Amino acid sequence: MAEDIKEKIARLFPEAEYQEGDIAQITVADKDWHRLAMTLKDDSDMDFDFLVTIVGMDWKDAFGCVYYLTSTSTNRHISVKVLAPDREKPMIHSVADLWAIATIFEREVYDFFGIVFIGNPDMRRLFLSIDWKGFPFRKDYDMNPEINPVPLESERQSDFTDVYTEDSEGNVTRREERVFQPDDFVVNIGPQHPATHGVLRFRTAVDGETIKKIDVYMGYIHRGVEKICEGLTYPQTLHFMDRLDYFSAHPYHHCLCMTIEQAAGIEISRRAQVIRVLMDELSRIASHCLFIGTYCMDLGATTMLFYTLRVREQILDIMERTCGARMTFNYDCIGGVMQDLDKDFVKDVKALLEVLPANIKEYNKIFTGNVIAKNRMEGIGVLSKEDAIQWAVSGPSGRASGWACDVRKTDPYSIYSELEFDEIIRHEGDSMARFKVRMDEMEQSARIISQLIDNIPEGEYCVKVPKVLKLPAGHWFRTVEGCRGTFGIYIESDGATSPYRLKIAPPCLPLAAVVDHITRGNKIADLITIGGSLDYIVPDMDR
Amino acid sequence: MLNFSELTRSFHYDFLMDALHFPEWLAVTTECVFIGIILLLLYSLLALFYIWFERKVCAAFQCRLGPNRVGPWGLLQSVADMFKILIKELISLKYVDKFLFALAPYLVILASMLAFAVLPWGNGLQIIDFNIGIFFLIAVSSIGVLGILLAGWSSNNKFTLIGALRSGAQMVSYELSIGLSVLTMVLFAGTLEVGGIIEAQKDVWFIFSGHIPAIIAFVIYLIAGTAETNRGPFDLPEAESELTAGYHTEYSGIHFGFFYLAEYLNLFIVAGVATLLFFGGWMPLQIPGWEAFNNIMWYIPTPIWFIAKAIVISFIIIWFKWTFPRLRIDQLLSLEWKYLLPINLFNLVLMALVVVFKWHF
Repeated sequence: MAEDIKEKIARLFPEAEYQEGDIAQITVADKDWHRLAMTLKDDSDMDFDFLVTIVGMDWKDAFGCVYYLTSTSTNRHISVKVLAPDREKPMIHSVADLWAIATIFEREVYDFFGIVFIGNPDMRRLFLSIDWKGFPFRKDYDMNPEINPVPLESERQSDFTDVYTEDSEGNVTRREERVFQPDDFVVNIGPQHPATHGVLRFRTAVDGETIKKIDVYMGYIHRGVEKICEGLTYPQTLHFMDRLDYFSAHPYHHCLCMTIEQAAGIEISRRAQVIRVLMDELSRIASHCLFIGTYCMDLGATTMLFYTLRVREQILDIMERTCGARMTFNYDCIGGVMQDLDKDFVKDVKALLEVLPANIKEYNKIFTGNVIAKNRMEGIGVLSKEDAIQWAVSGPSGRASGWACDVRKTDPYSIYSELEFDEIIRHEGDSMARFKVRMDEMEQSARIISQLIDNIPEGEYCVKVPKVLKLPAGHWFRTVEGCRGTFGIYIESDGATSPYRLKIAPPCLPLAAVVDHITRGNKIADLITIGGSLDYIVPDMDR
Repeated sequence: MLNFSELTRSFHYDFLMDALHFPEWLAVTTECVFIGIILLLLYSLLALFYIWFERKVCAAFQCRLGPNRVGPWGLLQSVADMFKILIKELISLKYVDKFLFALAPYLVILASMLAFAVLPWGNGLQIIDFNIGIFFLIAVSSIGVLGILLAGWSSNNKFTLIGALRSGAQMVSYELSIGLSVLTMVLFAGTLEVGGIIEAQKDVWFIFSGHIPAIIAFVIYLIAGTAETNRGPFDLPEAESELTAGYHTEYSGIHFGFFYLAEYLNLFIVAGVATLLFFGGWMPLQIPGWEAFNNIMWYIPTPIWFIAKAIVISFIIIWFKWTFPRLRIDQLLSLEWKYLLPINLFNLVLMALVVVFKWHF
């Protein structure tokens, strides 16, 4: 941590503890937390305006949260550990008033750990059903299926949410509040709906065609990946990364492998680095291709899907020849990659690079310039830069709002610092900008690939790693640029063969959370435009 | 040239009344039953053809092959699909208005079937040709929206209700454009009678002789007609990515099939009326001065002319659907009320001037 920040915090919060590291950590008690958070966010020297994630923790003697913060102006990182020592009634003050996205992040922590956030306007469960007994991420959670049997009847629904408030004497009281007004006309969009791109549900209050409020209801494909990982060895956790955002399988694998390699002190070969970056960028093109196709289809232009799938098919064929799979690749492994490149890899990729520019030109010709498409997308769902940071909307959607949030540029990992490419930034912040950013990013990815494809170094594709991999006690947090935004992995180890806690910070959760904010006052059809342009993937947010 | 009215006259007088000694009323009743059966057959055949045709066309746009397994070139695919729809269960729903729910698909199909009555299939091949033919056509095609509104409302589903209301707003608005562009051409022809309109295009089709106002009217008619049939880019009432299936979400089996059929038949009717008003109906292509060419053109049977022209126009409408993204409801309405309607009114005046000062060919 920079010395100036350290001194300032030591002066203002004498009880806070420091721990230096990759990302410095401040440990603070709950009573000081909200004041510290305000200082971190509003102090002009610190300006930590981007809440990357909140990691809920159960350290057995106490519950707590680890907040990861980033300053978008100075690109400095900091983490804050807040303890909630009362195991019976764990409580932490909410920071939802400082970072808007905290409303959702805190709900997730509440859902998993039962930590109540005082002041959060919406303290419901996020993923699990409202009648779920117990909090599954607590270390003393009873997994007995008889406690939470598979329900044979429809899940109970509630139109109420809890709000915990604290009076001046420190007494916390619970209050019930309505999610919708009694006379609202609420339309259920999802969970089975063609435009939600998976099983996501928007409870939408409408006035005619105009949207008044949206309650995002998730958890339909919550699989408890993080919890499962706590019982598996490190190599076994890898394959779950294919099953989050299945279009960013390679970058996600890359992230987890990097985190584990960093923790275990494994140095991987240059060849493996190049292969990983190549795969990341190929999957970025494939992902954006699919985005363009499905987005146009959401807007009613069905034909575009087939044009974009042609390119995506070609990439999947390349992947299949090397990885042996078209969807769940499971290619990156600890120490490098699973197997060497296919002998035709270079030839195939060059063929792809040759057809890609012509295809992008065709997409623009068919769709981008179309007057109906322009009317549907321009000025719709405008997200300002401040709001994008407030809601942690990263990736192409954040960059469309003018926020330079590409992790490949801000915190270059692997070999990205040696590569030449531009970070695509637009300032309109509307659906059209989000669409165009992705269109242009495909060209930049192609540029990266063309720099690497002729110089893939010789060497081993996977270094030797111990058969039984144990990480030293400690914690690590790494982010990569997934196809949809900043993807982070937090690992806390107690020295065993499996993680004590593995937290996934997905980019799609903020993307879904911001929908309510930017659709208010728009039309129902705009919900489809906006949702499509944000391009969330449901398994990624649900995990 | 072959005139079908002679055929029907001889069927009426020579066969039914003279050979079978039917009284007049029985002969007419028999003919009506015959025509009804033929109409139903034609209706379903055309719908089947259109389903196949659209699938093939859209496959071509999308670099696919389209249906190619059932029958030669997949011709029997839509027959198989229709058979499947016929044998599907009609799911009865709780909490719906049963009577209106069942009535709606019939209203929709009735509207398009009535419109068939005045379409000029060929020389003398028209079910009824009376002096207010075009007026009748516009009147009956408006019944369809009633069916859609009923379907959406009686389903007791929020999606269908939104779909139906969208549909109501859309149809009522675009009926204006259709009506005005048709009126423009009626003004040009000087008659509401279908036969008369076709007769007036004996030498040159209206699209060529009517100057700029005819072309403007055609373009507006095509846009409004696409909207009338609820097809892309105006398919908001059933926008699948927004409202799952809009007003017919809750329908199943043959009731759904009726909506499906009516959609394709409306496509044919819109194309058929465009053919009638702008491309000479069943009239063969005639170029003044090219005597030999004109005579050869007359050797192609007139029903083929009519159907071929209608299919070419419906091809254009299908082309729209598979190219353009969908409009939003407010954009759709502002397109009609702010652009098409004023242009249309201006065009009507222009056409009146053309007729008065005889600027046409």
